Amino acid sequence: MTDTKQLTIGVLAIQGDYEAHARALQAAGAKTVEVRKPEQLDGLDGLAMPGGESTTMLKFLERDEFFETLQKFLKTTPCFATCAGVILLAKRVLHPEQASLGLLDATVERNAYGRQIDSTILMQQTKLEGGPLEMVFIRAPRITHVDKGVEVLAERDGFPVLVRQGNILAATFHPEISPDTRVQKLFLEMVRAAKK
Amino acid sequence: MSEANGNSAINLGQSGLRVKVGLAEMLKGGVIMDVMNVEQARIAEESGAVSVMALERVPAMIRAEGGVARMANPKLIKEIIAAVSIPVMAKARIGHFAEAQILESLGVDYIDESEVLTPADELHHIDKHQFKTPFVCGARNIGEALRRIAEGAAMIRTKGEAGTGDVVHAVKHMRQIVKDIRQLTVLSEEELYTAAKEHGAPYELVSWVAKNGKLPVPNFSAGGIATPADAALMRQLGAESVFVGSGIFMKERATPLDVEHNPKERAEAVSRAKAIVIATTHFNDPKILAEASESVTGTMKGLAIAAIEEKELLQTRGW
Repeated sequence: MTDTKQLTIGVLAIQGDYEAHARALQAAGAKTVEVRKPEQLDGLDGLAMPGGESTTMLKFLERDEFFETLQKFLKTTPCFATCAGVILLAKRVLHPEQASLGLLDATVERNAYGRQIDSTILMQQTKLEGGPLEMVFIRAPRITHVDKGVEVLAERDGFPVLVRQGNILAATFHPEISPDTRVQKLFLEMVRAAKK
Repeated sequence: MSEANGNSAINLGQSGLRVKVGLAEMLKGGVIMDVMNVEQARIAEESGAVSVMALERVPAMIRAEGGVARMANPKLIKEIIAAVSIPVMAKARIGHFAEAQILESLGVDYIDESEVLTPADELHHIDKHQFKTPFVCGARNIGEALRRIAEGAAMIRTKGEAGTGDVVHAVKHMRQIVKDIRQLTVLSEEELYTAAKEHGAPYELVSWVAKNGKLPVPNFSAGGIATPADAALMRQLGAESVFVGSGIFMKERATPLDVEHNPKERAEAVSRAKAIVIATTHFNDPKILAEASESVTGTMKGLAIAAIEEKELLQTRGW
């Protein structure tokens, strides 16, 4: 860590693997706080949106103007989303169609790799330095299309699984439950760059 | 069939187990609701449940009606899988690996080897390493929890006393497991060998718990949770998620709310389901818990555990 000031990253803690996100971000050098209410977004340097059930998270976002507050917050603050988090961020959601924040120019199909029995761990090359990356896919969604302006950092069978657009870093797999923290470190670099 | 075929050695780092535990991680902080038909499954999903447990009779009805309780009909399970986008769980009888094979072939996301159904084997639980589908099992103490994990369970839930609406034994079992874990963390190496013997659990797992101060798989709660406050209580005691069975869709002990034909009873079920979901997320916020509790328009009648004869308890099933 060259920067001396520790970054504070909020972890959306409505439901899902938010504790795993917090542990991984701490291992990468950040301080974390749990976010369950819109007012808890104040003062954060970045936000992690965890894996879990997007339908459940949406129910909470639909209350107390959480949805609108989050949309506004993420226009200026970096976000790292995995699995269900990517579904919430995407512009278009299929299978079934559902509401989303519409901040990532991508189409996402829910549960497109199958049910739990089709969940798997792969070791794959990415654009990150340091060799193959472990990717844990759990009832994962599939990014079926990205618009221009979305950088694809990794693919699985020709479909993007790790993408970056502006202040957004999104993975359909779960870097937070692998010991490797390269993806978290990339996110923290984005957060630092956004602060400058 | 998993890569662990024919080998049930304990290896918590193996990728098969990590994928199984992975789904449990995604269910944390949520509510898993028992449902008996497609309409109830839809209500559960619309109310924010993270998963549904498909079964033909909820524990309160099994308790009231008696008879042999078995795996649900595959037709019902398939209908529920088709109706919702969230993970679907289903129950197999203790030791009934053929029911588990059937559930796996249906694409069920988690199998609950459950004491709520009538056990099929008086000595053996299912060898859960032989399945690619993850299993959840009930436990009342650390020994029971670690025996199930040794057999391949990827999630533990407290047993409590299902179908009662009385939370007292869910509390008892959660407190017991948390206390057992805490005690292990202060034992010396030679004491751990004795502790393994006393708990009837494999030394490797006892030692892992002593070093890490938690179970190697997520620890959820079940068995008598009926209100938003019950859900918050269990979360504060250490449960990472809650299973709610009879608490949402039951009117009287053996009569479900008619969510298909009676709008008033449907609204009551929705109010209970939504309130328990809110309480499970905001378990540490009494103001939100008060609002959630206020929004509920009725509660399951319930049956005090103290009034049940010992031989009628479901929690003593499993070995």
